[in-house]
Amino acid sequence: MALASGAAESTVAPRYHEEVVKLFVIATVFWGVVGFLVGVVIAFQLAYPILNLDLPWTSFGRLRPVHTSAVIFAFGGNALFATSLYVVQRTCRAPLFGGAAMGLFLFWGYQLFIVLAASGYVLGVSQGREYAEPEWYVDLWLTIVWVAYLVAFTGTLMKRDEPHIYVANWFYLAFIVTIAMLHIVNNLAVPVSFLGVKSYSLFSGVQDALTQWWYGHNAVGFFLTAGFLGIMYYFVPKQADRPVYSYRLSIVHFWSLIFLYIWAGPHHLHYTALPDWSQTLGMTFSVMLWMPSWGGMINGIMTLAGAWDKLRTDPVLRFLVTSVAFYGMSTFEGPLMSVRQVNALSHYTDWTIGHVHSGALGWVAFVSFGAVYHLVPKLWKRQGLYSLRLVSYHFWISTIGIVLYITAMWISGIMQGLMWRSYDELGFLQYAFVETVQAMHPFYVVRALGGVLFLIGSLIMVYNLIRTAAGDVAEEARTGRPVPQAAE
Amino acid sequence: MNLHARAERNVILLIVLILLTVSIGGIVEIVPLYTIETTIEKVKGVRPYSPLEQVGRNIYIREGCYTCHSQMIRPFRDEVERYGHYSLAAESMYDHPFQWGSKRTGPDLARVGGKYSNEWHVAHMINPREVVPESVMPPYGFMADRVLEQDDIAEHLKALRAVGVPYSDEMIENALADFRAQADPEADTEGLLARYPKAVVGDFDGNPAELTEMDAIIAYLQILGQMVEFPDYDSDLLKQ
Repeated sequence: MALASGAAESTVAPRYHEEVVKLFVIATVFWGVVGFLVGVVIAFQLAYPILNLDLPWTSFGRLRPVHTSAVIFAFGGNALFATSLYVVQRTCRAPLFGGAAMGLFLFWGYQLFIVLAASGYVLGVSQGREYAEPEWYVDLWLTIVWVAYLVAFTGTLMKRDEPHIYVANWFYLAFIVTIAMLHIVNNLAVPVSFLGVKSYSLFSGVQDALTQWWYGHNAVGFFLTAGFLGIMYYFVPKQADRPVYSYRLSIVHFWSLIFLYIWAGPHHLHYTALPDWSQTLGMTFSVMLWMPSWGGMINGIMTLAGAWDKLRTDPVLRFLVTSVAFYGMSTFEGPLMSVRQVNALSHYTDWTIGHVHSGALGWVAFVSFGAVYHLVPKLWKRQGLYSLRLVSYHFWISTIGIVLYITAMWISGIMQGLMWRSYDELGFLQYAFVETVQAMHPFYVVRALGGVLFLIGSLIMVYNLIRTAAGDVAEEARTGRPVPQAAE
Repeated sequence: MNLHARAERNVILLIVLILLTVSIGGIVEIVPLYTIETTIEKVKGVRPYSPLEQVGRNIYIREGCYTCHSQMIRPFRDEVERYGHYSLAAESMYDHPFQWGSKRTGPDLARVGGKYSNEWHVAHMINPREVVPESVMPPYGFMADRVLEQDDIAEHLKALRAVGVPYSDEMIENALADFRAQADPEADTEGLLARYPKAVVGDFDGNPAELTEMDAIIAYLQILGQMVEFPDYDSDLLKQ
């Protein structure tokens, strides 16, 4: 299974289409900063409501989808496009199917989707479905772009000059195919008119709830997990210059993960009007999901076997490996929270928000940062990054930011859940709802500061990448400190 | 492993196997929700939203109220005491889309109807901190300034009928008239109330001269959780 990390690129390579990868990398970094910034703004709005500015366009309710879509679909989506189109060409030793024109269509088509979606939210165009807020006309456009993506990816796989399809590509393929299925079914709707923006969803009530969380949980499972595992399976071995730990584990990881994930949606609906049998199924499969998740984590981390020392000298590898560790933590916490009795406490509280961010910041963003740091010197044909010291700063500032964020949300979430259910000695509810809101305030401030640190870290990355692309080398790199070269 | 060796070399086979693998869970979980009859409890009183309520609901969705408010009371002692009877599937059967929500930065709204006066709602929407000093809700005063025309309201009802809401021809014919009558204290609301029992009528926003978004959002909030009469049902009837 080491086929990707050795022979493939040492011989004369076909001409890869790397311009499109460069564009997607730039978009990844740009939307990342935008998404983090909007996140910081809405975090402060919850602590200081005056920041809603008394304007319709800047209220929390409209900006929150801007934040979630910007980080998931704009930052995460562009990272997936960038890495998948890079990886599929390299591991197949084949140029992108459809060539440069296809690349440009995918890039501009996807950016148009992002802009249409985000501008809609700000102006008050939303389906009111979490993580599927874009209205019908934006959904149709994304469907066209997505089918083109599937064609380009599959076509490149078909043209490959390698007997096997590399494991990273299985994950990318499952991500593209399953997201297509989820997106189309969950967004079935009837528009009020063909010139208007408003539509009504095909499903209602309890069936709609399950369809939406079948989609919502698998946006996590396939967009934020399967796709990013594709990144892990290519970039961790490349950066560590070691083959994937276990081929057999990759197979078990892949099929069990994609089979089990799809069932987990109902754990978002514990104790609701969704029938109990469905909740029980969702919980059972969520707990089972722990196993393939940790199998994948072991496969990623153990790829460093015999190369642990590189963690000391290579902060890019540190990003990648820490991301896999966060992946392990989040995928332990997730099954725990899917147990009904735990969910009874955690549901509707900030604990969920903390859980999402340990996955989104620790896993998704960190693995993307690692991949981007790996890619930029290669794509811009530079010897290495401008400064590894700045990568190290980025790493530590962001990590402290994440720790502040998730601990604040753990405390405030569990506290709020306990306050809601506490009774005084006379048998009356002890707290009015608004008292729990008041109690959240200090934690909302700490959370926002954690977000500020994460944002600062990303700005350091932007500076470092711009200097790298410009061909600059920092003082510290010139003066003999060992600079590990990214493995070729 | 033999099959896998083939799947690893054949893109189409790999795609087919992936599609089969990811289809099973969704089919097993979603299809029975349509076929098992007890999924939606047999209770009386749940009706399609009146035109004004539906427009208010669309405003609720537009503003992303679901990002902070749930509409789903769980069957726990504290929730039932705080918010009222736990929510039934039947109560959101005409909700396209559902708005159960996933986060309570603010309280649950499934039974907020009738809990506060219209005047309280207006003051609260204009400046939440005037009536609840600790609140972190954004202000929505602009709704009082936005006059609603909504000449296409019948088209909305037709779209909803297309996705399964039982709006009758009579309801669609009277859509615009009902829409205007519900917030007009001078109007004859007999037909409206026959079509939409329990609809709250009258001026909502303190400005009877104009029909505004504030009227619509409050009309929607005031019907939430009001349709089913709970003392009529014992718990056996509510079993799914």
